[in-house]
Amino acid sequence: MRFTREAQWPLLTLLLTLFLMLGLSGPARAAGDLESALSELAKANFTRKSQLVDEIARLEDPRVSPVLTAFLDGALYQHKSSRAFVAFSGQDKGVNLLSGESIEGLKKRDFRKVAINNALRGKLRGIMAELQLRNPSLETRRTAAREMLKSQDAATLPLLKRAREKETDGDVRDLLAISIAQLNALHGEDDEIRIAAIRQLDGVLYPEVRVVLNKVAASVSAAEAKTGTVEAAAHEALKQIEGLISLNKTAENLYFGISLGSVLLLSAVGLAITFGVMGVINMAHGEMMMLGAYTTFVIQQAFPNAIDVSLFFAIPAAFLVAGGVGVLIERGIIRHLYGRPLETLLATFGISLVLQQAVRTIFSPLNQSVSTPSWMSGTLEINGALALTYNRLYIILFSLCVLAGLILLLKKTLFGLQMRAVTQNRRMASSMGIRTGWVDALTFGLGSGIAGVAGVALSQLTNVGPNLGQAYIIDSFMVVVFGGVGNLMGTFIGAMSLGIANKFLEPFAGAVLAKILILVFIILYIQKYPRGMFALKGRSAGD
Amino acid sequence: MQIKHIDQNAILYLNGVSVSFDGFKALNSLSLFLEPGELRAIIGPNGAGKTTMMDVITGKTKPDQGDVIYNGTVDLTRFDEAAIANMGIGRKFQKPTVIESLTVFENLEMALAGGRGVFASLFHRLKADQRQRIEEILLLVDLQDRVGHLAGSLSHGQKQWLEIGMLLIQKPGVLLIDEPAAGMTDIETEKTAVLFKRLAKDHTLVVVEHDMDFIKALACKVTVLHEGSVLAEGSLEQVQNNEKVIEVYLGR
Amino acid sequence: MTLGPLTRTLLNDRGSQILMVSVLAMTVLIPLCNLAFPEGSALHVSTYMVTLLGKYLCYALLALAVDLIWGYCGILSLGHGAFFALGGYAMGMYLMRQIGDRGVYGDPVLPDFMVFLNWQELPWFWYGFDNFAFAALMIMLVPGVLAFLFGWLAFRSRVTGVYLSIITQALTYALLLAFFRNDMGFGGNNGLTDFKDILGFNIQADGTRAVLFVLSGVALMAGFLICKAIVQSKLGRVLIAVRDSESRTRFLGYRVEHFKLFVFVVSAVLAGIAGALYVPQVGIINPGEFSPVNSIEIIIWVAVGGRGTLYGAVVGALVVNFAKTYFTGAFPELWLFLLGGLFVISTLYLPKGLVGIIGQVRNRLAARSATAQTLKTSE
Repeated sequence: MRFTREAQWPLLTLLLTLFLMLGLSGPARAAGDLESALSELAKANFTRKSQLVDEIARLEDPRVSPVLTAFLDGALYQHKSSRAFVAFSGQDKGVNLLSGESIEGLKKRDFRKVAINNALRGKLRGIMAELQLRNPSLETRRTAAREMLKSQDAATLPLLKRAREKETDGDVRDLLAISIAQLNALHGEDDEIRIAAIRQLDGVLYPEVRVVLNKVAASVSAAEAKTGTVEAAAHEALKQIEGLISLNKTAENLYFGISLGSVLLLSAVGLAITFGVMGVINMAHGEMMMLGAYTTFVIQQAFPNAIDVSLFFAIPAAFLVAGGVGVLIERGIIRHLYGRPLETLLATFGISLVLQQAVRTIFSPLNQSVSTPSWMSGTLEINGALALTYNRLYIILFSLCVLAGLILLLKKTLFGLQMRAVTQNRRMASSMGIRTGWVDALTFGLGSGIAGVAGVALSQLTNVGPNLGQAYIIDSFMVVVFGGVGNLMGTFIGAMSLGIANKFLEPFAGAVLAKILILVFIILYIQKYPRGMFALKGRSAGD
Repeated sequence: MQIKHIDQNAILYLNGVSVSFDGFKALNSLSLFLEPGELRAIIGPNGAGKTTMMDVITGKTKPDQGDVIYNGTVDLTRFDEAAIANMGIGRKFQKPTVIESLTVFENLEMALAGGRGVFASLFHRLKADQRQRIEEILLLVDLQDRVGHLAGSLSHGQKQWLEIGMLLIQKPGVLLIDEPAAGMTDIETEKTAVLFKRLAKDHTLVVVEHDMDFIKALACKVTVLHEGSVLAEGSLEQVQNNEKVIEVYLGR
Repeated sequence: MTLGPLTRTLLNDRGSQILMVSVLAMTVLIPLCNLAFPEGSALHVSTYMVTLLGKYLCYALLALAVDLIWGYCGILSLGHGAFFALGGYAMGMYLMRQIGDRGVYGDPVLPDFMVFLNWQELPWFWYGFDNFAFAALMIMLVPGVLAFLFGWLAFRSRVTGVYLSIITQALTYALLLAFFRNDMGFGGNNGLTDFKDILGFNIQADGTRAVLFVLSGVALMAGFLICKAIVQSKLGRVLIAVRDSESRTRFLGYRVEHFKLFVFVVSAVLAGIAGALYVPQVGIINPGEFSPVNSIEIIIWVAVGGRGTLYGAVVGALVVNFAKTYFTGAFPELWLFLLGGLFVISTLYLPKGLVGIIGQVRNRLAARSATAQTLKTSE
């Protein structure tokens, strides 16, 4: 979730390199300037190198960026005899920096490395950043501005100011302003400027801001800082930021909790139909999810070029596959066992074993890899401290859609009406001409089909293997029992509260212990409310 | 809430009992008064609260309001089913419920007083007088030649009788009987009515019934329940001529 | 003969008599054939076989425990594997302490895994397990107390039927997760293993194996007699009454929850003993024994054998486990298909299990011979 330095640099350089290779930057000046500067760079001492780097950076030459990138990465070499400059990209591969051609079969021992030290590296980073801050692409500028937050070098202040003046985009301007404030807070001429800068940083959540403020505040402890001093201002700002961050942490936990809750909801809502509405314990419910996940896998295997749209085909396909298997199970086995819930439980457990082994035999006992469509990867950054991953976001939305669709189906359609009629008074329903047998089969098929759809969602979160269902079945039962049988709203609230409770316990207890605590809680809860949160009351609810 | 003078003679006294399920008032401030040795029939349309009333008396359902006084002193609402059963209140369900996998004899033995605790039952031995008592009841409910058969193999009527026998063997003070005539043949119904009249001498009987012929045969005081409270009380004839009862039953 | 009253009251049916005689014969003959006849002799039974059969006897005792509550009282516990495993862990802890300084790290007190985890001293709950009598007590007490607490809560609040099944499953699942944790102090993922000796006897020795086998057989017979005594008493009839009609039993004045609690605890203790006998024979106990699937498998042994008969449970445990050993060796792919199929077939077509089929066949034969008899007399 947090911004990672490691990940950012290669990406940045890659973008930039690509960009400059396309020759989109400004008009090139005489090519010889770069060549001569490079030749000198190879021989110069570090003080001279520093000046040379400045000179190179001022050249408006599309090759500047790849040259500096290579230099920064320690990949800049000069051929001992031909004097050509090459950026190595592997053991024996590289690019001739001046001609731009790729070359293979190089031998490192024919080259001399252009040496670099840490001071130069720091300088180069700033220069690269400035290059990017001037880049015409907004995205590049944004990334660069974000990257500049790391800079604590007073020397970058003028370039930041220049960039900010020219900048047209509000977000990037804000980022640059933060960087400027950081530098002012660190190196400002007098306390007034520094305190004003610190005030500006108040409430800014980027982790770099905290690093800077901590550095400013470090000399004096919070208790000793006198009001009005720079240190006191820094401590105050830090306190504010810490408060905001813990708020964001809570929000993040909530988000994780809701996303776990939606996974639970997806896996339990089908069970709420078969168990809650029909009173059938389907131990093979988890395997229905597994079938859904494998359907996704098969569809992706069949159309490897259409990963981005595969889920849209997988959802109906998984519904049909799992639902179809569900109808078969109901017609073949469960209908002979109505009124004998414990036997149903055992028979469906048998089916779950058969389905697991079938998948093992047909595919393999190993996990299969299901790809994530590009639109589901990445994160939505809310602020410096809170970023939401898209896949979880989509699953939350998806689970809500499934729930809403199901409620509509039950409340507004003829099938839903027949289903409720059959569950409430089978004999009356049948005497009114409803084919109760088919309603049973379709209801069970519906529950199973939804499990299949849940499997599609799960395939995006966990490993797809023969044991996928086992991992979720107990949790799903807990949700249904906790929420109260026969009540979709109860299932929803049950799933969400268990998901959120789990995620809030995790920081204190660890993942496994949190899960154990939740299980123990439910075991005790059921003792108190044997029929769950939203139990039906009245005579009919008894035995 | 209605406050009534508590008669010391009452064996069972329901005082302003209310029960609601999710906002639906199954019993609405119901008061009922039973004398020892009385035979009482309770009628009323579906949903009038007959079964809920039995649930409250036997401790299956706890009322939201009101109390149930047994023998003038004991408040039954504070006890559970087993305790209430052991105090001498027997209940017969609408659907005959006997222990199908046990024999007729074993069913009666189960119902016999004594050996109710876990360890008491583990080391329980039947004494001669208890055997005698079982024989008596077998005779009373006319099952002496099916004594070794599994209860599950009995006919519907016989199961009803066995269940009544199981209640009688406990020498109950009050017997609550839910629709005994349902599913019985005419001859069985007639025999049952005779049996009840005979039993009423030693026991208090409350019979919930739909079958008007059966109630006529019982020839006893009738209470009409409607929407959870008493609509009318009196002899069958009085009740049948009651304006309010006619309105409820005929929807006039 | 002293067996007179026993056969009259406890072994009053043909199935029980046959079972007791067969188990007795097995208990005597198999160790005898293992020890008395040399390898290569036609009558020799290998030590591998003795251990395997000993394992089955433990399973049979476990199945008996499940039949007592499921077959008679209608409580379908999907967590009985947990009681079995707890008994096993109690025994495993004793065996671990017996290793002493012969472990890989040679610590005189701490078991290897604790040394590996850098623990400095023995956790309090490991105290006393170097004493066999204490361990033996714990083998019964730990499952018994857990069953008591769990049952007391569950039965008092009238959690019944599938709800009870599901929360028993949750219970064993929670224990599974807990025992997987290293900081629980039970060896985590690897469990307890590398046992050396029991009461001073080498656990690998043929003689020890034979004795453990005999003990398993004796425990099975004793367990059978205890269960039989329970179901033959009036208490047994109350259990059946609870199974058939819980509310009728309640309205007859029985405190159903007390009866359920009693058999549940008895059953858990039997399961614990089975687990304790199992561990020294297989040489390992790990959290896998808590897996919910294991617990459901026990149910299928009972269902296949025929529930509500006690001897059916023993037959079922033996038959299903023989089949499992055979198929997982010969056709590993097929075993889960077969096991799954067994679940379906036994619930759909064999409500009374294998012993039910035998009973039906016998009845049919009896009816045929009876008609033959009448035909003969009428001639």
